[in-house]
Amino acid sequence: MTTELTPVPSPTATAGGTAKKNDPPMLTGSGAILASLEKLGITDVFGLPGGAIMPFYDELMASTAIRHILVRHEQGAGHAAEGYAAASGRLGVCIATSGPGATNLVTAIADAHMDSVPMLAITGQVFSTSMGTDAFQEVDITGITMPITKHSFLVTDPADVPAVIAAAVHIATTGRPGPVLVDVTKDAQQKFAPFIWPPKVDLPGYRPVTKAHGKQIQAAAQMIVESRKPVLYVGGGVIRSGAHRELLAFAEKTGAPVVTTLMARGAFPDSHRQNLGMPGMHGTVPSVLALQESDLLIALGSRFDDRVTGKVSEFAPGAKVIHIDIDPAEIGKIRHADVPIVGDAREVLLDLLPAFEAAAAQTAPDIGDWWKRLETLRSQYPLGYVDDPDDGLLAPQAVIEAIGRISGPEAVYAAGVGQHQMWAAQFIKYERPNSWLNSGGAGTMGYAIPAAMGAKVAQPERLVWAIDGDGCFQMTNQELATCTINDIPIKVAIINNSSLGMVRQWQTLFYDGRHSFTDLETGSKRAGEETRMIPDFVKMADAYGALGIRVTKPEEIEPAIRLAIETNDRPVVIDFIVSRDAMVWPMVPQGVGNSSVEYARDHAPDWYEE
Amino acid sequence: MTYHVLSLLVEDKPGLLTRVAGLFARRGFNIRSLAVGTTEVTGLSRITVVVEVEGLPLEQITKQLNKLINVLKIVELDPSSSVQREHMLVKVRVDNSTRSPILEAANLFRARVVDVATDSLVIEVTGDTAKVEALLRVLEPYGIKEIAQSGLLAIGRGSKSISERVLKN
Repeated sequence: MTTELTPVPSPTATAGGTAKKNDPPMLTGSGAILASLEKLGITDVFGLPGGAIMPFYDELMASTAIRHILVRHEQGAGHAAEGYAAASGRLGVCIATSGPGATNLVTAIADAHMDSVPMLAITGQVFSTSMGTDAFQEVDITGITMPITKHSFLVTDPADVPAVIAAAVHIATTGRPGPVLVDVTKDAQQKFAPFIWPPKVDLPGYRPVTKAHGKQIQAAAQMIVESRKPVLYVGGGVIRSGAHRELLAFAEKTGAPVVTTLMARGAFPDSHRQNLGMPGMHGTVPSVLALQESDLLIALGSRFDDRVTGKVSEFAPGAKVIHIDIDPAEIGKIRHADVPIVGDAREVLLDLLPAFEAAAAQTAPDIGDWWKRLETLRSQYPLGYVDDPDDGLLAPQAVIEAIGRISGPEAVYAAGVGQHQMWAAQFIKYERPNSWLNSGGAGTMGYAIPAAMGAKVAQPERLVWAIDGDGCFQMTNQELATCTINDIPIKVAIINNSSLGMVRQWQTLFYDGRHSFTDLETGSKRAGEETRMIPDFVKMADAYGALGIRVTKPEEIEPAIRLAIETNDRPVVIDFIVSRDAMVWPMVPQGVGNSSVEYARDHAPDWYEE
Repeated sequence: MTYHVLSLLVEDKPGLLTRVAGLFARRGFNIRSLAVGTTEVTGLSRITVVVEVEGLPLEQITKQLNKLINVLKIVELDPSSSVQREHMLVKVRVDNSTRSPILEAANLFRARVVDVATDSLVIEVTGDTAKVEALLRVLEPYGIKEIAQSGLLAIGRGSKSISERVLKN
């Protein structure tokens, strides 16, 4: 890598003995970035240096307050920051150089944007004098990331650094959280300016509303007591807001059934009687049909994603909607809200509970018949799977279920994207928020390994699993090196079906079984049959200094999981060779209404008859 | 198609116009015209944008625009309660036989001739969209060589100003 040689000006010229006692210290822009991060309480960052960010890395080396974890690819830094944030609720920070370093962050930034993850991305930029000249490693990263950040800043003056970093962190962590990018030119990193803290942060155009309007709260409460078939449609906003306790209290007070979306798994305990499970394309039948048959959706931090609604015009046709969200733009975007409530989920629930109690004192809610119907659905259509696939290989669902059962609800589970992600959402029982990490909106393959790494850094005392696919694993497994070297002992379960499983499932169902380019040749096609394993994941784990285990028989599943849990001196990779023909059920095919949910292949549940 | 005139009070920051224009493009909202300029307050600019939408999507546009950190305020300006003007320069082909009727037409529209050549005239006109379009229809048969047109500018009638409440906070 080429780096420009620019003499660093001596600080004594400006910060020497002539400075008055109360003058703010003179710092380089780089020093100001570091000091600002320290003042803001940042303790962990993920990154990889390069030419345009070298001045900052030179400062970072001396920091005792901030632990920097050197990743092997900037995308890993981005997802690690996401996993860190998603597991702990704190801000995730990633750092990259200009040009390709910055563009390698783009996928993770887009991912954080879709899933409202508080993230700060700091990138180096070429000298301000070279910008616009197609300089070496120059890209317009603020321009590139404009549609996928909550906000972005370009800093060319070191004096701006403290205010910009403080504003970036404020924007990323308040309101609807999201990624904020700060691009700092190399000269701004090198030049000196007074470091004034706290800086004056002036954001006249940014005032998120957290407290809801009283009238709307009353209207919502009245609608809830009058409803005969209410459903609490809970989304990821409840987790980001930290509203799980308030949700539990409110749900128990109303007695209404709860569905937790893919982003909200863990927001409400799975063991709770009122939890019907996940709605959507691969949701449980009771959950999907509860929404369909409901007369009132209480949408809490959820955004009517197409994977939840199916064909929107046929979604919950008889339901009125109370939509509670901190982002006003989500309300009414997909589905009209009869009662729109802009506010933080936690604060709204705190207000809604007494309002509901007051309304219920006048009008007693009656949802007894509703629960009879739901209990029927629940007993008729429990989640299930084929335990002994025809090919003699492991049932992937059994593997994932065992991991969840043995590891328990205090563990953290990060998934990649695809079939294994859906099974991990279905068959692991989540009891607490921030225990389930996944790429919900963006659907980013390769999320699991770096996200698990970030989660383990944020919460070293917790058992952290990456439940990954063989396709996903090959996208970001380089971070195993980071994990081994930095003593971040994550557990990786590769649900190895030797294919891009979800695409293969769609090919089987919707493309006449034409499996076009979905065979990855990493596992096995049939028990006992020799297949190429390119790469051999066990050897790969070994090469990375991790413990590699291969599991091919049902009786090996539990001992392997236990060995992984006991091994904490290095990462563990278990290569579970599973059936490639296993499919994710239930399923609502794309483009049709949710009433067309199929419990298993060609098997639709009985539709409710009034 | 329905047109709506939105007036945006924004912080004058680098890339602001890209943020606004990019948002329209990304969300599939059509811009009919766009005009940007400074305001009475240092550091604040005003963007007047004419968008093509029906009903509900307009609410979605304003909500999305409001999410931009540098956007301070958005108002929709209704034609009945605001003054709306476009500015256009149009170069028309002329010869000895057509010069008089063209000048006459320009006078009728209270347009001004700002450049004269032997075979062309440049006419400057200011007015609402209907007036500008009407003048163009009249000039078209003579041969329009070139048009330079501004985006629509709009300002609310009465003493209130868009920046008032923003600056009070």
